[in-house]
Amino acid sequence: MSSLSPADFERISNSSEKENISRPSLSYWADAWIRLKANKRALLSLYLIVALLLFTIVGPLIWTIDPAFQDLDQISQPPGSNRLALIVDDYEPWTGLSSSSENGLRLAESATTMAVRLVWDVLPNASGYRVYRNIFPVGEERAYGIPLAEYFDNSTQFFEARLDLKPRRYFYSIVSLGENGELQDEYQSIAVDLQRVTTMNEARAKGLILPNSELTTGDSINLNLHPLGTDYLGRDMLSRLMEGARVSLFIGIGAPCLFILFGIVYGSFAGFMGGKIDQFLMRFADFVVALPFLLFMILFKIAFGIGPGESGVFPMLVALVVLMWPGTARLVRGQILQIREQGYIGASQLLGARTNYLIFRHMLPNTLGVVLVTITFAIPSAIFIEAFLSFIGMGVAPPTPSWGAMSNEGIKNMLTSPHELLLPAILISITVLAFNLLGDGLRDAFDARLRNQE
Amino acid sequence: MISYIIKRLLQGLLTVWFIATATFFAMHNVPGDPLLNDRAVSEAIRANLESKYGLDQPLGTQYLIYLKNLSQGDFGISFTQENREVNDIIREHFPVSAILGILAVVFAATGGILFGALTAIYRNRLPDFIIMILVILGISVPSFVIAAMSQLALVSFNSLIGVTVIPVAGWGTIFHMLTPALVLGLGTMAYLTRLMRSSMLEVVGSDYIRTAKSKGIPAPRIFTRHQIRNAILPVVTVLGPSIASITTGGFVVELVFAIPGLGRYFVQAVQQLDYTVIMGTTVFYGAFLVFMVILVDILYGLVDPRVRLEK
Repeated sequence: MSSLSPADFERISNSSEKENISRPSLSYWADAWIRLKANKRALLSLYLIVALLLFTIVGPLIWTIDPAFQDLDQISQPPGSNRLALIVDDYEPWTGLSSSSENGLRLAESATTMAVRLVWDVLPNASGYRVYRNIFPVGEERAYGIPLAEYFDNSTQFFEARLDLKPRRYFYSIVSLGENGELQDEYQSIAVDLQRVTTMNEARAKGLILPNSELTTGDSINLNLHPLGTDYLGRDMLSRLMEGARVSLFIGIGAPCLFILFGIVYGSFAGFMGGKIDQFLMRFADFVVALPFLLFMILFKIAFGIGPGESGVFPMLVALVVLMWPGTARLVRGQILQIREQGYIGASQLLGARTNYLIFRHMLPNTLGVVLVTITFAIPSAIFIEAFLSFIGMGVAPPTPSWGAMSNEGIKNMLTSPHELLLPAILISITVLAFNLLGDGLRDAFDARLRNQE
Repeated sequence: MISYIIKRLLQGLLTVWFIATATFFAMHNVPGDPLLNDRAVSEAIRANLESKYGLDQPLGTQYLIYLKNLSQGDFGISFTQENREVNDIIREHFPVSAILGILAVVFAATGGILFGALTAIYRNRLPDFIIMILVILGISVPSFVIAAMSQLALVSFNSLIGVTVIPVAGWGTIFHMLTPALVLGLGTMAYLTRLMRSSMLEVVGSDYIRTAKSKGIPAPRIFTRHQIRNAILPVVTVLGPSIASITTGGFVVELVFAIPGLGRYFVQAVQQLDYTVIMGTTVFYGAFLVFMVILVDILYGLVDPRVRLEK
């Protein structure tokens, strides 16, 4: 016992370190954020959403091509297609003369996107001819394609096509007509590969070659670059997708934010008042829920009306808000009713807190987690509704691109240029998927009860 | 139970009245004029037409006439088709939409329940992953894209085997109905699969399943008698709203597959501003959906005694 020295009786410093709990105390939000970060799928979709927002907001600053500009040399071009064009002489009228010595249906000169010149020999028993074009071989079913011209005398044996020529393979056919103009069995068909051409004057006018350039007829030049191709009017797909993203995401994010705000006010008012007022307000919300949703979307949209030159974005926004608020209102009301009974509200009241303080300091912040989850699920459904309505032609008005409207235009050329449908469709799918997965992640992060489940 | 049914039906009637009123006043705000053709109409003819359709009456009177006709089940006469009653149009086109919708609901419900149960049983194994990827596709790809893609697939399939077994578009035989119904039901099927999966996961882990196993009941019997039966309840609850989303989803599918249903007709009527057809179709659809939801609720009460007690 003699080993004790006065040093052993010195007072230990009374720093708060000893009292420290091993983990830092976490707020509700910090806790949710940690759980969200652990969820790989949710995090990935969060990055995707950020990328989409960058694409929408920053994209048009980098890729500055006007989405309404029509590049008529490149119509319905798929992404990454060849942009070389041969420079040729200006167009000169043709009288049907041909230097070709072959027999049957043949080209008078090499086919270009400026003109396709066909000549043919007399078919037996023909009193006239009809010229057809198809993008597929004629085959057994005699699918000639689209009629281009008709001649009711068999002396005309040449045809010049000038319209709607793309640098691709076409199948031109001539079919012999009977005396009364009826189709006969006799036909001839050839495959024609078109060479993309432009003239010096056109290229200069479009700014593709400099005025002092050395290029002459016979050289090739590059046409304008369209990384994701062009649509059926020759508009740049990339800039249209960016512009469409603005419309789609504006409706998809703007509308949910607005109707959720309204739902919060409505729901928290009803929940806080309780009694008769609550019952009346909720019965009205039930009525709105019972409206056949899409029918009324269409109805409201036409009721607001789209004047000439308007895009129709605003009416759709209003219609979405008018019809979609009750879900949030119900949810918030339920939360408020639940929170109102909690002990800490009573304690706060006892300490003399006013109604406003109770609502804004205690009740609303505690419903925000649920509300955030609702927003993330409401966004994909709003994007879907916009796409759906624009697809059936009840959405935004045509010159305005939105992903749904672009799909609607693309589906018409689905067989020949699938990228016009696929690109906007993929963007819709990715956006909807990302918001759905993020919503799942947020729900799991905020709802501790669900933590261990899927 | 009977008083519950009566109460629900009365609520339903009130809802239909609300739908009718909202439709009426929304339609009267629509800019544009259904009587305005490409040809200029003289004042006298215009007055005649207006009095024929009752458009010269004050709004309140028009509303009362409309409600009176509606209560007698009369939706009025089309504005754009001479002497064609809206009732006739609905009678002609609705069965097509209904058949398509029923088939789609059947597809969605059986597929959703089956796939959901399978994913829960094979949790985190290959069937689960495959089905869940399909589910994610079903949720995130818009129905018009799936419709277009399935048409493309059908075209190449038909040309591959040389005969048209399943037509690409149109209406008539059972083969015409298969693809559109499948496409229409896909989104709902994906939703139901997810729902069924989570509800099945709860059931699989429950005590009575362990008891059944320890009693030596063979797995297929546990699956059909215990697991599916208990897990199916939440799926039944959302069937009512699902019917609603499938019916309106039919618009796109009817347009893409060229099916002469009421949805396609409605879209046409909107484009032509055919007042009575738009109002009639909306109220008809609304009433149909309201009573479908009530029907599902009542059936649910019959199936699950717990629900009845709560009410």
